[in-house]
Amino acid sequence: MRHIISILLENEPGALSRAVGLFSQRNFNIETLNVAPTDDATLSRLTVTTTGDERVIEQITKQLNKLIDVVKLVDLTEGAHIERELMLVKVKAHGAQRDEIKRTVDIFRAQIVDVTPSIYTVQITGDASKLDAFVQAMAPVGILEVARTGVSGVSRGDKVLNL
Amino acid sequence: MELLSGADMIARFLKDEGVEYIYGYPGGAALHIYDALFRQDDVKHILVRHEQAATHMADGYARASGKPGVVLVTSGPGATNAVTGIATAYMDSIPMVVLCGQVASHLIGEDAFQETDIVGVTRPIVKHSFSIRHPSDIPVVLKKAFYLASSGRPGPVVVDIPKDMTAPTERYEYVYPKKVRMRSYSPVTRGHAGQTRKAVDLLLKAKRPVIFAGGGIVTGKASEALTDLARRLNMPVTTSLMGLGGYPQGDAQSLGWLGMHGSYEANMAMHHADVILGVGVRFDDRVTNNVSRFCPTAKIIHIDIDPSSISKTVRADVPIVGAANHVLNDMLGLLSEREPEQHVSLDDWWSRINEWRSEREGKLYEPAGEGETLKPQQVVEAVHRATHGDAYVVTDVGQHQMFAGQYYKFNKPNRWVSSSGLGTMGFGLPAAMGIKLSYQDDDVVLFTGEGSFQMMMQELSTCKQFGIGVKIVNLNNQSLGMVRQWQDLNYKSRHAQSYMESLPDFEVLLSAYGFRAITVRTPEELEAALEETFADKHELVFLDVQVDPREHVYPMHVPLGSMRDMLLSKTERTS
Repeated sequence: MRHIISILLENEPGALSRAVGLFSQRNFNIETLNVAPTDDATLSRLTVTTTGDERVIEQITKQLNKLIDVVKLVDLTEGAHIERELMLVKVKAHGAQRDEIKRTVDIFRAQIVDVTPSIYTVQITGDASKLDAFVQAMAPVGILEVARTGVSGVSRGDKVLNL
Repeated sequence: MELLSGADMIARFLKDEGVEYIYGYPGGAALHIYDALFRQDDVKHILVRHEQAATHMADGYARASGKPGVVLVTSGPGATNAVTGIATAYMDSIPMVVLCGQVASHLIGEDAFQETDIVGVTRPIVKHSFSIRHPSDIPVVLKKAFYLASSGRPGPVVVDIPKDMTAPTERYEYVYPKKVRMRSYSPVTRGHAGQTRKAVDLLLKAKRPVIFAGGGIVTGKASEALTDLARRLNMPVTTSLMGLGGYPQGDAQSLGWLGMHGSYEANMAMHHADVILGVGVRFDDRVTNNVSRFCPTAKIIHIDIDPSSISKTVRADVPIVGAANHVLNDMLGLLSEREPEQHVSLDDWWSRINEWRSEREGKLYEPAGEGETLKPQQVVEAVHRATHGDAYVVTDVGQHQMFAGQYYKFNKPNRWVSSSGLGTMGFGLPAAMGIKLSYQDDDVVLFTGEGSFQMMMQELSTCKQFGIGVKIVNLNNQSLGMVRQWQDLNYKSRHAQSYMESLPDFEVLLSAYGFRAITVRTPEELEAALEETFADKHELVFLDVQVDPREHVYPMHVPLGSMRDMLLSKTERTS
């Protein structure tokens, strides 16, 4: 099953490589990875999506917790949560296709953020499956480039991940 | 307020931390530190002949004393040579602090002379690592390193020190930090009260219980609590290889150690148990054999200080995260509350166990008679007698290691020192040296083989320099015995590269360093040689004991089987 694990990490040199290295070292899987500083400059937030059965996920969270640089973590998929990913897609946009692409972009509530006579650059946010669907929808017109941020997320309601 | 250079801070910190010995090897990036050590007398530096030996010396010292061993090496090859020793300590949860010189900050990343990203190289085999960013950070970083290495589940910590951090011209305020706090690190001690109660309930109802104790008993100083609990409950105790001595083997409730080469009765009892109390163990593959067939009727209580050890390989029914000593004492407390309530009688269980014991009694191996080639097992037994079972016993890796574990009976913790998790050949000699330096008045015996010994024999030179009187028992079977055994069993005796051709003449080799070696071939020669060997506690003596090369280590788990599936000799196996 797919899990989203969010980690508060000491914003120290080497901390990221410890967290990421753990996955390959212990034969755990990383599907997406997203990391950036938080409002607290001493902390980074790292969000990883991974797959595994209950035993594997238990080991992943325990092993991550054991890293000295990991201050706190949460498995967002254990409860109700919001997950978002941002994607930039460059597609070929010639002649009549330009309208068709624009319509699809509107349907997905995406935005065209850069335009040339032959190319649209589209920005889209949503959960991973929505982004997958958009990629599929754009495939026939010709995708030139895709850049995805990887999943980021928070729990719904009162639950927060902070110190 | 005192102003010190980074290098002087390191020397001073080690003194303030109570470090007596530091094991190491100098080189460019570490020279400021070496100069600081030269200008003081409190911390003694032991110069090894290879950095790997420095880590094993620190490791041996740590296993015997329970305190972190400290290593100092230079950058690049100095640090990479230490890697095997760091991994060895990591696998067996041994407290160690490794100080590595590094090229100056402005050169890092430029492939400078003797530059290696040692923090990167050691990342998967350390508990944590630090890079010094400013000289004034040194006291706090070192304190954190010692705190991390020795608290919770212990392990090695690497501190990378760029050369400019120790420059003699730059001085900063030094204060010894008595304590450090880290917001992301707070190892548990007390176990969960409800879970502990559940564990006691389960134990009191058990009809066929076994206590399975591991290295956590030794590192967690929980031998006494374990012994009290076992006696109070009249339950059999087996230990892992790491746990040897954690429960007195001379005791009637001891089943010896378990697993791949564990005792018949320990493995049989585990297989048939209805409740297993695992304390300070990690249920590793050399214990469990095939996990899916492991102890099919047992409920498992698992106490460990590291939550990630629990349910990693074997699912625990009652997991308890906590320090062994605390949890066992809590259990003892709960038991006192319940007296005089009696638990289930274990008479039937003990009579089954005693049957298993008697089935193998006198059948373990056939000792050599007068004038015959010695069996390695009887050599270990003879050394046990000669040292009254009270030596620090260090091993290398292979058949001799298993024989030493099987036939030297341990009644105290911290007396058995062996690379169990990583299985590092070459570990033995330096580990024994590290112990002997700090325990001069005790016998420190190294059981080794020609294969392992030759991996670190340059350290004889260190022994000469510092007068380190370890007793070396070389169980010489002229082959890589354990490899050969597996080739006999699995490769139709095709002995690919397991034969040691052109062995040195050990008597000549030892005499080159000014030491005595005695060659032994028969039981009679052995007795005389042992007397000579242990006559002077401070003399290094090397016994080159020619043993039967055809001997195998038994019992041995049948691959992919359960705990009770064992080869018992070359011709017998369990049904």
